[in-house]
Amino acid sequence: MDVNAEPTRQPIRFRGRSYVAFVFSPAAPIVNWLELLDTTLARSPGFFVGKPVVLDLSALDLSTSAIAHLVKSIEARDIRILGIEGVDTERLSPQLPPLVTGGRNLALSQVEPKKPAPKPAQTSLLLENVRSGQSIVFPDGDVTVLGSVSSGAEIVAGGSIHVYGTLRGRAMAGVNGNSAARIYCQRIEAELLAIDGYYQTAEELDASLRSRPVQAWLEGEIMRVTPLN
Amino acid sequence: MAKVLVVTSGKGGVGKTTTTAAMGAALAQAGKKVVVVDFDVGLRNLDLVMGAERRVVFDLINVVQGIAKLPQALIRDKRLDNLSLLPASQTKDKDALTEEGVGRIIGELRASFDWVLCDSPAGIERGATLAMRFAEAAIIVTNPEVSSVRDSDRIIGMLDSKTVKAERGERVEKHILLTRYDPARAARGDMLGIEDVLEILATPLLGIIPESQDVLRASNVGSPVTLNSPASTPARAYVDATRRLMGETVPMTVPSERKGLMGLLRGRRAA
Repeated sequence: MDVNAEPTRQPIRFRGRSYVAFVFSPAAPIVNWLELLDTTLARSPGFFVGKPVVLDLSALDLSTSAIAHLVKSIEARDIRILGIEGVDTERLSPQLPPLVTGGRNLALSQVEPKKPAPKPAQTSLLLENVRSGQSIVFPDGDVTVLGSVSSGAEIVAGGSIHVYGTLRGRAMAGVNGNSAARIYCQRIEAELLAIDGYYQTAEELDASLRSRPVQAWLEGEIMRVTPLN
Repeated sequence: MAKVLVVTSGKGGVGKTTTTAAMGAALAQAGKKVVVVDFDVGLRNLDLVMGAERRVVFDLINVVQGIAKLPQALIRDKRLDNLSLLPASQTKDKDALTEEGVGRIIGELRASFDWVLCDSPAGIERGATLAMRFAEAAIIVTNPEVSSVRDSDRIIGMLDSKTVKAERGERVEKHILLTRYDPARAARGDMLGIEDVLEILATPLLGIIPESQDVLRASNVGSPVTLNSPASTPARAYVDATRRLMGETVPMTVPSERKGLMGLLRGRRAA
């Protein structure tokens, strides 16, 4: 006869543990509060992503649908609500985050997310001619070309552009708002020059400068192109 | 082991098919086993220039699709039996070409020939990119005028990025062939100068082929110009270019105007 070995059953142990979470305490009118939230998010985007947030509704008197609506608005901003406090259990539906109690205030150092350290200026070096149809995009810094840039090619740089050859194509420098960027070349036959969005086509280039070594830079809103020798 | 070479240009009508036929024939005359492949699906011309248009049974697309075997599609030239042609289809279009099929065919051709010349269609779309995909060397046919030069520059950029060799970090051996060079217009300054073309394209020059009626006559009778009129200036220029392609050092001659007695007289104005 088989011996029925009963698997020994361990009862699941339930433990209590407290955690630290951010608390949002919205106040009426909710629209204004959401606007303030948006301003904070604009200053530090993604700050609350992945952080536990508890919604304290004690300052408001919201119906179940209003609570659901508010939770949705917050979650639409990529913020996950861990729990809700300061409200009667009956007001919370099973779809909403659970009621949490027993929260203790903590002094949280107001964490202003560090501004990302400015990346050290980088340069991109191209050892050969840039052929027609090629588009070189380097938003992180300067671009140096040891060769010519053909007609129909373009160089887009966050910093300055240096062409040790003939520039026949398009050169767009300072694309991330760097108005101090400059364009240098050994021979100018460019189709278009642009610095920080201000552009000048080949037509507008002074005829006396054609095929000479030049630099182009921005003086206010005017592009100045002057010979290099 | 064969050399796979693509004759390309970007711009249409500059002389790719003429060059493929002329240099293919010149290589065969030098004793090499040569196959010329037409990649211009739907607008095929290589069969006309080679004089084989009445003998086409199977074509490149049929072989890609597996309908025919490669030896069934290859057409041997009547004048040189070490020269063969793989024609393109006239009824299909470039969408019927697949990279896998083309790769397989190039592999088979490599095994039985010394030189595989791929006649690329104009443009930068599928036909042109597949023609260059498996190439080890390229001849970029350019006319000395601005649109052709810019298009050639684009094609050179693509040779350095869209070929299997480029993707492996190696270089496709590139040569410029300047065609339809007109010495009279060059003397007047109506054509882009040779130095200007080479400065923009920054690629070595293989040869300069003069504009000539002999080319049109040859294609009308269905014969490569190097076979039809071997003494003509374009034929001699093509033979020189072929010798340079095979590694010989041949001094470059710039075609000049033929000044006969009449030329001397016409140049002088009566006082």
